[in-house]
Amino acid sequence: MSRRKLPVFLLVLAIVCSQALTGLLQAQDEPEERVYENIEENQQCFKCHGHTYYFYYNDFLDREVKDRMNPYFVLDSAEFYVSNHWNFICTDCHSYEYKNFPHPGELRFEPLPVCIDCHGGDETFARFNFEGIEEEFHKSVHSTKHSDDFTCWMCHNPHSYKINARTNENMQEFITYDNEICLSCHANVSKYRLLTTHDNPNVLTTHSWLPNQGLHFKNVRCIECHAEINDNILVAHNVQPKEKAVKLCVECHSKNSRLLASLYKLQFTDEYSVAGFANAEMLEESYIIGANRNVYLNRLSILFFGFALMFVLAHALLRIIIKRA
Amino acid sequence: MENGKLYLYPVWVRLWHWTNAILILILIVTGISMQYSDPQYPIIRFDYAVNTHNVAGIILTLSYILFLVGNLVTPNGRQYLFRLKGYFKNVSRQFLYYSFGMFRGQKPPFPVTEDNKFNPLQRFSYVVIMYISVPVVVITGWMLLYPEFLLHDIFGNRSIHFMDLVHVVLAFIISLFLVIHVYFCTIGSNPMSNFKSMFNGYHEPH
Repeated sequence: MSRRKLPVFLLVLAIVCSQALTGLLQAQDEPEERVYENIEENQQCFKCHGHTYYFYYNDFLDREVKDRMNPYFVLDSAEFYVSNHWNFICTDCHSYEYKNFPHPGELRFEPLPVCIDCHGGDETFARFNFEGIEEEFHKSVHSTKHSDDFTCWMCHNPHSYKINARTNENMQEFITYDNEICLSCHANVSKYRLLTTHDNPNVLTTHSWLPNQGLHFKNVRCIECHAEINDNILVAHNVQPKEKAVKLCVECHSKNSRLLASLYKLQFTDEYSVAGFANAEMLEESYIIGANRNVYLNRLSILFFGFALMFVLAHALLRIIIKRA
Repeated sequence: MENGKLYLYPVWVRLWHWTNAILILILIVTGISMQYSDPQYPIIRFDYAVNTHNVAGIILTLSYILFLVGNLVTPNGRQYLFRLKGYFKNVSRQFLYYSFGMFRGQKPPFPVTEDNKFNPLQRFSYVVIMYISVPVVVITGWMLLYPEFLLHDIFGNRSIHFMDLVHVVLAFIISLFLVIHVYFCTIGSNPMSNFKSMFNGYHEPH
């Protein structure tokens, strides 16, 4: 191969290798097989609530009627069956009386369970510390600044929510997923106004001070800066008032980066990579200036600078001595 | 030639040199501040360091383009050309002069002339710095400035730290060069003469 072609060959080889590696990693991400036992029973609900229109037989008119479904009660069955609650029967949470149609009017006032009603006090979920999450949520602005209408469901839609941070190995995906939860209110006037009369500030404008805004939005979750870290729970739920949001860059861009206790909490091993980068796990997803300094490079730079300064000093000293002599 | 002094540094070279020097110093200080950022011992506030580094980097790119164009259209460019064959013998001669010869009162093996203003060691180090290190630092700097466009799309996430490693290593080599360059500038007819030359354009022979 001619010398002129070698750089082109190396560039093509690098691209091919990186693409092959990405493909190999994706192939390993096979989802676990699920047995859907409740599809038939749930279909009784989804046949109406899975569509924007539904059909019923109207006894007064003595014919089948096609009617519009309230858009807030339309559910995506595909989303439901990949969510955390995929193996639930609708009536696990909703009243059995919903099996009757027309649904009885008083069911509108049915109190719905929240996370802690099922997940609290249960050994199976003890390691996720739902009690701690509940406690942190009640300290947050979401709870203190709003009425009791602000429940877990405001952020975690029970019909579609799926755990991401500890199951999805694709960090970009779970960052986007988690940020979309925040943006579903903070970038959606109608949902935002359900809970407050304040104007919904434009997220891009309020974060205009942030350098490389797009890069930050893509690579970290909103809660990294907006929620207080609690080591006893996996994901911070104590969302702080805007005045208390992290604005000091070095809280993340330093060796003891805040991200190690939040975004990289599950991966954090306090280890250097083989190549000597600090906080090795971060490198799998991104590169954070200040947090991923290289230990070997640091030592080498000190060594070389030391040599250079010693040489300069010795040379200068010799020049002075010889000049005086 | 004026009073035995050689006019070696035309105005554009001097302007470019000092602009380059100031920018490189700013980039080194802000770069170190970012690389070793610490909430307890901040050298420069991180966001100020980032913004200053970015602006200085952009100006350095323009200044580097001026350097390239200047060297293409003026005779100054010829000062950086050399033949590889036998060149390292000359580099060694100059190195031996700096290490031993100058202390024994020997004459410089390659006296400064209008056509040959750099000695072989200088020429070699300037070529390594100005034609290899600086352009690579500038290119990797731009890649790091817009990683979402230039790096993610082609090489994926992990390329950022590789690119940063190249940027930091070469920046370190440039910093090391700066220390040695400044020191060697004190080797002239008097310790300040070479610095004066870069202001008035005239080189004072030893």
